This record gives sequence, C-alpha cells and structure tokens, in this order.
Amino acid sequence: MTTTATRPVGAQARASISARTLRTDRWWIAPLITVIGLSAWIAYATVRVYMHKWFFVEDYHYLTPFYSPCLTDRCGDAAEFGTFLPNWWIIPEAALTLPFLLLFRLTCYYYRKAYYRSFWLSPPACAVPDGHKTYSGETRFPLIFQNAHRYAFYAAGIISVINTWDAIKAFHSPEGFGFGLGNLILILNVVMLWAYTLSCHSCRHIAGGRLKHFSRHPVRYRFWTFVSKLNTRHMQLAWITLATLAITDFYIMAVSAGWFGDVRFIN
Amino acid sequence: MGEKRQFKVWRGDETGGDLQDYQVEVNEGEVVLDIIHRLQATEAPDLACRWNCKAGKCGSCSMEINGMPRLGCMTRMSTFSETETITVTPLRTFPVIRDLVTDVSFNYEKARETPAFAPPVGVAPGEYRMQQVDVERSQEFRKCIECFLCQNTCHVVRDHDENKNAFSGPRYFIRAAELDMHPLDAREDRKTYAQQHQGLGYCNITKCCTEVCPEHIKITDNAIIPMKERVVDRKYDPLVWLGSKIFRRHPDDDELVQSGSSHAVSAGPAMTGVDLPDAHERTEEQEVERGVNWHRRVGPAQLPAVGANGRLGVSEAAFDRSGAASPFGDDVEFPLPPRDLNYAHPDQD
Repeated sequence: MTTTATRPVGAQARASISARTLRTDRWWIAPLITVIGLSAWIAYATVRVYMHKWFFVEDYHYLTPFYSPCLTDRCGDAAEFGTFLPNWWIIPEAALTLPFLLLFRLTCYYYRKAYYRSFWLSPPACAVPDGHKTYSGETRFPLIFQNAHRYAFYAAGIISVINTWDAIKAFHSPEGFGFGLGNLILILNVVMLWAYTLSCHSCRHIAGGRLKHFSRHPVRYRFWTFVSKLNTRHMQLAWITLATLAITDFYIMAVSAGWFGDVRFIN
Repeated sequence: MGEKRQFKVWRGDETGGDLQDYQVEVNEGEVVLDIIHRLQATEAPDLACRWNCKAGKCGSCSMEINGMPRLGCMTRMSTFSETETITVTPLRTFPVIRDLVTDVSFNYEKARETPAFAPPVGVAPGEYRMQQVDVERSQEFRKCIECFLCQNTCHVVRDHDENKNAFSGPRYFIRAAELDMHPLDAREDRKTYAQQHQGLGYCNITKCCTEVCPEHIKITDNAIIPMKERVVDRKYDPLVWLGSKIFRRHPDDDELVQSGSSHAVSAGPAMTGVDLPDAHERTEEQEVERGVNWHRRVGPAQLPAVGANGRLGVSEAAFDRSGAASPFGDDVEFPLPPRDLNYAHPDQD
C-alpha cells in the first residue's frame, strides 16, 4: 500500500499580483452603456409619468402604456376601469400598475445582472475586482426580496393583458374601425412585452422547469421548451421592450400634442 | 520560423513573486500553452505549469491570460495582435503553489461536501431506466471538465476570500442542479442544502461563470437560476407552501417515480439469461453480462492511499515519486476480472 505524500502545510497565500485587473480589453464599455441606457430611460419615463397630459389620442383611442390602465379624473375617455384614484399630481394615472412593472424589472434576473454590474460594481466585469469591502449577495434584507420575482411576474402577466386590451381598443377611428401607424406601434409593443414577460426565468420555472419528469407532462414540457427558446433572448427582449415602450409613448405623445398627425392606412 | 512576441509570466510561490518579461517565438496555429512549453524548453526550464491533454478536455491548464480566466490550450495566439504583450498569471482565487500552479483543493473540499447521487429505493443497480427527455437537463452539466475557471472568476470568493466557507461556487451549483433535476435521484433536500450549505443566495447572477466556461455550459440560466427558483418554491413562496400543505405533497418532488422499481418489469441485464440467444451465438460481452450476478454482496471498497489529513495528495509536485498514486491502491491489478465489474449498492449495507 502506498503512502501518498501530501502537500506540506504552509501559508496559503494567493499569488501576489499588484494589478487589480490585468484585462486589456475595454471591459468598462458594457457597464457604461448600461448605466447610460437605463438612466436615460428612467429619466424619460419619470418625466412622462408626471406630465399628466398628452397620453391619449381621443380620435383613434391610442393610450400610452405608461398611463394604462388610466384611473384618475384626468383620464377622460381613456378610463376603462373607472377613475377612483385621487387627482393629486404625485399619483400617476397608472399608479396601480407602474409599481409592479418597476418591481418586475427590478427583480428580473437579467436586470439584476445589469445593475449589479454597472451601478453597484459587484463586479463591474468578469475578473475585475468588486467595488465593495464586504459581500453577502442576496442572502439578507433587502436583496433577499429578489426571491419574490415570480409574484412580479404574475402581476406583469395581468398588465400585459391590459396592454393587449388597449392595443385592440385602438382599432378605432371617428368613423368606426380604423387603423394607422399608431396601431402598428402599439401591436409591436404588446408583442414584445409578451415576449419579454413570457421569457422570464420565473415563467420558465413555472411552465415546467420545476418538474423532475418531463416525460410525464408532455404539454408542460412543450411550453417549457417554448419558454426556454425565448428565455435565451431575455436580455435582448429586456432592451427591446424598453425601446418599444419609449417609442410607443413618444409617438402617442407627439400625436396627442399635435406635433405630427397619425399616418392612417384605413379611416 | 515564427516571430518573437512579448510575454509577461508570473513567477513565484506563496512567499511572493512578480511578472517576468520573456520574448518567445510564436508560430502559426499555436496556443498559449504551446508558448508556455516553449518557454520551459528554452529560457525557463523551471517554470511550473499544470497541463495534460492540450485539447480542452482535461481542465488542467486553467490560467489567466491578459487578466481573463482561460484554458491555456484553448486560447489561440491568433486572437492577439502581433505587438501586444501577453500577460499570463496563475488563478487568483486559489493559493499559489508555484508559478502558474495553484492549489485548487478548495474545490475538492466543496465536492466532498456535496451529497452524491442517491439511488432510488427499491431499484437495483442495472435496473435504472430513464427517458432521455428527463435526463437531458442533467446531461448538460456532465460536460463540466472541472477546470474551475468558473470558481476562479466568481467574485463571491475571488474578491471576498472570507466567503469561501459559506459558498460552494458555480461548479457545485451545477452539480446540485444536475442531481436535483435527475429523474432517479432520491434526495429531496437538495434545494434546502443548496440554500443553507452551498450558499446559493450569495450568487448575484452576474454571469461571469457562464462567460468563462470553456464547455459553454449555461451555468447561470440552466442551473443557478432554476435552483434559485426551486429554493423559492421551498423557502420563500407562500402559495407553494400553502399548496403543499393542502395537497400534502412536497413541492417539486411530487412525482418522484420509482421507475423500474418492479422487478417483474425490468429483469435487469440478463440476470436469468432467458432472453439470450443460444450459447454458440452469444458474444463475449453477453457472456460476461450473463455471468454477472447483479445482486451479489460486494465487500467494502478498498480505500485509496491517503495522507495524514485523510486525503489524496493535491499535487504530484509533492509526491514522493513520479506520477499520481492509484486511487484504487497499488495492490489492485488491472484489468479487473470482468466478473468483479460490479457496483456496490448502498442498500446492501
């Protein structure tokens, strides 16, 4: 029987390399773009949500997703579900849905990666040191609440149904049925919102990821396969939906404010 | 004849060291490991480097090339510009032994702590039956070559050494996911284990493990996030908790099947030999299978030769002879007789 020599027990020191990172590529570009992109979007959305005007085109029934469902007295014909919210300026028209949408994106597994890297520098890029002395990850308050992502997903699903309803209602003109560029934009936005919502990692888990035996649940397995395919594009969809939301809102704001007219294809 | 290019290689041991400059010839089609070998053959015969297959399948030559964790044998020199100085350093997260060789025993300790596959109750070895669709997810994680690049790049331990006790790292999260998703694994506590003992909550899914994986395993999307979601089922989701109370079932493990549990259904590989063709038609392999008694009692496995700390030596650099010791012990002769090729089932003990 061999006796195996073991390593002499000594100081367990890491290699003494003074450079904090030896990466030579431009690793800081991705976090920089993320900071700029997300900050710009949040700034735009905040301004728009507190503008309290130019959110609805009455003739064609275009309602911007930032104001849907519209629940204050300022809504006029845009109100589909009553106007029970107070008219105070600090309360957005869609005060019942915006917080959940914010939560959905804040707890989203992709956005977590994006803002942990870019805003929190934890870490800014792979093999680049963390910007913090201590680290406890998502084990403690408040980050332990990231685990509630699936509830935000349920809410986002309901909100996507409301957005779909808005897009359907928008096939409207003063003469009855009508359809223009605004409808195309609204529909594209809704399709992308559904794609982003369904590609969610929590959705993937609920669809079938939690099963141990796919063979016993063929329908859920197919749904899981479909969600998995979308899920590989979750990051792209996260950015695409930010863009479609902003474009949809801007188009409706411009038409509503009379900066330009809607391009009509029918009526 | 190639051209000379600039290299900086970290030389030293646990007492200290620094980056040293070298000019090495580079030829078309070479990888960084070739350059390290040329360096050993010319200027620096005492340069220590761990390597083995040169094909990206053994996971030995993990190093940091221009600051990025990579396999030396899979990093082509053609990816660098001709004037670029290429810096080669050892893995930062683990204690250095010498030059490019680090002590990766942190990973082996974490591997030892992770509960192994638990055979399903009442299913004898040889009677395991699985559908491909069920085992597919686990198979992705079997591609792991244990190069530990993911462990090295993960900032949870790379930048916070104090987390090493609490955190097992991405390699062991894919192991946990592999077994938790395995159709025949009988353990039900893997989610709780991943959360409480592996430190799954420390992961903030910044995906560097996936970025550096040379086997392109989708560590974050297919293992860590599904495991986090399974932990949520167990620990944080009041609805799932309520459902499991009402329907009296365990979340996730609701349909742990004893596939093949009935001995009548699957008789195992030719235990009785009833279905075998006549003796003169049998192949050698069938002969062997026929002779194997899958239910025979097997003595306890012979223990490997270990050191004073109860473990195999970490590095052959520290062995008292060339080559690693056999994990079977030196008194075992190979090849083993085919009749003894059998596995000890834990149920037998």
